[in-house]
Amino acid sequence: MKKTGEAEEYFSVFVEEKPTRKGKLQGLTFSFKDNICVKGTETKASSKILEGYKPLFDATVVERIRGEGGGILGKTIQDEFGFGSFSTNTGLGIKPPRNPIDKKRVTGGSSGGSAAAAKILDKHVSIAESTGGSIANPAAFCGVIGFTPTYGLVSRYGLIDYANSLDKIGVMSRNMKDAAITLSVIAGSDGRDMTCTAEKEVYEDYLGKSVKGMTIGIPKEYVKDLDPEVEKGFLETKKMLESKGVKFKEVSLKKNAEYSIPAYYIIAMCEASTNLAKYSGLRYGYTEEMKGEHYDKFFSRIRGNAFGEETKRRILLGTFARTTGYRDAYYDKALRVRTLLIEEYKEVFKECDALMHPTMPILPPTFEEAGKLTPLQNYMLDLLTVGANLAGLPHISVPAKNTKLPVGVMLTANHFEEGKLITLGESLE
Amino acid sequence: MGDNKELVRKTAKLARLHLTEKEVEKYSKEVEEVLVAFSKLQEVDTTGVERSLHPHRISAGLREDKTGKPTGRDALKLTKHKKNDYYKGPRLQ
Repeated sequence: MKKTGEAEEYFSVFVEEKPTRKGKLQGLTFSFKDNICVKGTETKASSKILEGYKPLFDATVVERIRGEGGGILGKTIQDEFGFGSFSTNTGLGIKPPRNPIDKKRVTGGSSGGSAAAAKILDKHVSIAESTGGSIANPAAFCGVIGFTPTYGLVSRYGLIDYANSLDKIGVMSRNMKDAAITLSVIAGSDGRDMTCTAEKEVYEDYLGKSVKGMTIGIPKEYVKDLDPEVEKGFLETKKMLESKGVKFKEVSLKKNAEYSIPAYYIIAMCEASTNLAKYSGLRYGYTEEMKGEHYDKFFSRIRGNAFGEETKRRILLGTFARTTGYRDAYYDKALRVRTLLIEEYKEVFKECDALMHPTMPILPPTFEEAGKLTPLQNYMLDLLTVGANLAGLPHISVPAKNTKLPVGVMLTANHFEEGKLITLGESLE
Repeated sequence: MGDNKELVRKTAKLARLHLTEKEVEKYSKEVEEVLVAFSKLQEVDTTGVERSLHPHRISAGLREDKTGKPTGRDALKLTKHKKNDYYKGPRLQ
């Protein structure tokens, strides 16, 4: 635990709970993104509105990890409720984490604290969550593996919802083996989350297998306008896989390249604004004195005082896109476009085992660079990660070799084909 | 899009979100930029296309019709707005 001191800026709470059982996860420590409930430990999704909230129950993933002998270190800092790509949108009073490779740069987000913890702590696995790329993005920027499973493979019970039809709990680690073992423990049906499926495998069985003969598609629209260093890392990774017998072919994700950003953001914001309607300062979290005012005024005051800037923006956009007169043009349209985008992926998987492209088109920006982006420019940077998330497809971000700053390469497989990603990811270590 | 500031004020009211005038000013500019960009979806022909509420078919099971254990009084520990064994809310009228 030599490096725990350095890790402190990435944690909102340290619990350092020693394992009480023996099991498959013995010898590993775990951290949980701050939107995952740990009984009796402050859980606030890095938002002021949940200040002081200590859940009365454990999330299913916490229970399962504890049950297999995993130690628990604490909760990691994130963008408020997951609303961001750099972990700079932390809630009021919470300091954004700095990239462990270069402290002038951002960690990526929204699971920024999780990525940094996985990078600097030995024998550590971070349990994170992705809605539109929140695992892959910080994994790429911090130089670790980020594994987002198929939607519904891991129970969301005890997860503070961002967007229910998109949220996926996943794993961040330094090596594929730890990620695979952890996934085997946390995956599988749960009576407390009705969207959680019974599909589950022993993921360690995919370690140590050959990638020879696999076909990987490179979507031509996803390898354009890249930072030269990102391109270099990507091509190096491609060369490594070619030398191991992987075949590459060019494919097209034209519709996703054009429409996944608006479709994703509309759906995510609509679901988020609904989910956030319950925070009102009455039953838990941040509150103030009641001044004998009408409930509308009290709830509005609490919400106005405790939500951060980006959270308010998304509540406004999501609420607007659901109002009468606009609902068909935005929310309903986005749900139908989503069907077409999923079909486009399904078509490509008829001829490929996986898809490959860089995770982020840029290197981790400095705080100054990130701060200059408008909200729209910020959203557009998620282009390479939102498609797979909107389609609920499993994907991993693996670090490219020999780059000046961390570069992530993203591999995406068809639904429930996590095994292929484990084999491919391990072959790149 | 009409009067953006009015639109932001109206939406904030629906969302029960108090905004300062400075915030209304800021958001009204940004929200228009985002909504115009997102209108791109109108180009797509979705005639006869179903909605995807989930990314893949979820065969959601039903749980047994049994009463669970309520969180009960423990939940009241999380708030100071209470009286006896009840939440004490703001005025309704």
